[in-house]
Amino acid sequence: MSTATAPPPRVGPRRPGHRAGAHRLPSGLLGIAVLVLLWEAAPRIGVVPERYFPPVSEVLTTLAERATTAPFWEALGHTLYGWALGLSLAFVAAVVLGFVLGSTPRLRAFTTSTVDFLRPIPSVALIPLAVLLYGTDIRSTLLLVTYACFWLIYIQVLYGVADVDPVAEQTARSYGLGRLARVRHVVWPTTLPYLMTGLRLAASVGLILSITAQLIIGSPGIGQQITTAQQGGAIALVYAWIVATGILGVVINLGVRALERRVLRWHTSVRGEADA
Amino acid sequence: MLEVTGLQKIYNGGATAVEAVRDLTFSLAEGELVCLVGPSGCGKTTLLKCIAGLMAPTDGTVELAGRPVLSPPPGMAVVFQEYGRSLFAWMSVRDNVELPLKEKKLPKERRTALVSESLEAVGLTDFADAYPWQLSGGMQQRVAIARAIAYEPQVLLMDEPFAAVDAQTRADLEDLVRQIWQRLGVTVLFVTHDIDEAVYLGERVLVLSNSPTVVQDDITVDLPAERDQLTTRQDERFTHLRARVYAQIQQAKRGSAPPAA
Repeated sequence: MSTATAPPPRVGPRRPGHRAGAHRLPSGLLGIAVLVLLWEAAPRIGVVPERYFPPVSEVLTTLAERATTAPFWEALGHTLYGWALGLSLAFVAAVVLGFVLGSTPRLRAFTTSTVDFLRPIPSVALIPLAVLLYGTDIRSTLLLVTYACFWLIYIQVLYGVADVDPVAEQTARSYGLGRLARVRHVVWPTTLPYLMTGLRLAASVGLILSITAQLIIGSPGIGQQITTAQQGGAIALVYAWIVATGILGVVINLGVRALERRVLRWHTSVRGEADA
Repeated sequence: MLEVTGLQKIYNGGATAVEAVRDLTFSLAEGELVCLVGPSGCGKTTLLKCIAGLMAPTDGTVELAGRPVLSPPPGMAVVFQEYGRSLFAWMSVRDNVELPLKEKKLPKERRTALVSESLEAVGLTDFADAYPWQLSGGMQQRVAIARAIAYEPQVLLMDEPFAAVDAQTRADLEDLVRQIWQRLGVTVLFVTHDIDEAVYLGERVLVLSNSPTVVQDDITVDLPAERDQLTTRQDERFTHLRARVYAQIQQAKRGSAPPAA
């Protein structure tokens, strides 16, 4: 009855994880190989102008060269710092507010319209405001990242808190678990799958926003490096940064998924076994 | 030990008020095993929730050992029908059983002893580290029973606990309940819709009427204390009692509930 109001948490594949992953990996690698080949061939045979679209070998060489320099890692560090701090702020705020408002029906009803109004505002629309407030300071990036990530996690926490099984709740009450104990042992574990979904979405979006902020506002980081390279006509370098961003995104996603599997090893989506 | 007096529960849904339970009065002596049986939809679950302190009755009182039950009392443990939802999937069998004891602030050694004793009593000693979902339905309900007895309740409430397990498992679990009851001397209120089960398990059977519910009959089960799935169920006395409960239920279904006083 309560599941009808909330979408099921989307955590990991429903299929038994490991075997499916093992089968997918080679075909995934093959896909990348084909893409790389096309990328290499297209500029060389002149399908696309090489000036704006350097072959992959050149891009990767540039990336490899840059990766040995300190400024590369500094920029990467700035981007990651903005991402991680913004995501953490959003996470803590969303969890605290989500639990408090989610478990107080009257407060939740009171805030629903406000949430529905604020949520669809794209974070990038706040860029002028961020610049006015903080200039090119890291706080501009933080504002954008936190704003975007907060809603993604907050909504999931609300769904999770609302999904507590009445039987589990009654069981806990009948065994004398107080309000705090029930939050800790029943509501929190019920919310975890939702929370992890929110975290995974927010991790990707947070990275996008972190780079966007640097790109447009010009605060230090990968985004700013891309702008600088583009203005200096270093096209291969622009692509090198873009590739680095992609790799960063993949690594972050893998990390969150690993965390999810660890935290939710008891959950149907992870344990990959039929319910008894 | 457990006194239910004039219990009434009316669900208020705006203009339509549904009287689920009208006027229930009965009591359980210390150490008694009483089965509560009634036609489906007669408010058995409502009654049980009121007794467990999970729901406030509209009128009437529930007393456990002389104290009114207003919230879940420490001397009471409930075994729910939906074992899959009642057990916490995120905790091992051991943690599930131990959690209520932690909330009771029992010292570590005492908790460990109670957990292993109760898991042994239900035959799950080897599964302490498993997760509930790794076990079969019958085993999960055993875990729920272990959790209940580890809590050392004065009264054990069981809400149709075996309605969702297969017939063979059910017979085993019925014998387990008798065995635990005899060993621990705990007072048991066992709610069921199964007439055979009620007569086989109980020392007394309370038959509830159709909704709005009253106690329609109170039958003493004078079967020997040692019961056996084969011989007891073939016993002439068993058949006789079964027929009597059956007749009462049929009467209840026809809706011959006495009018409100």
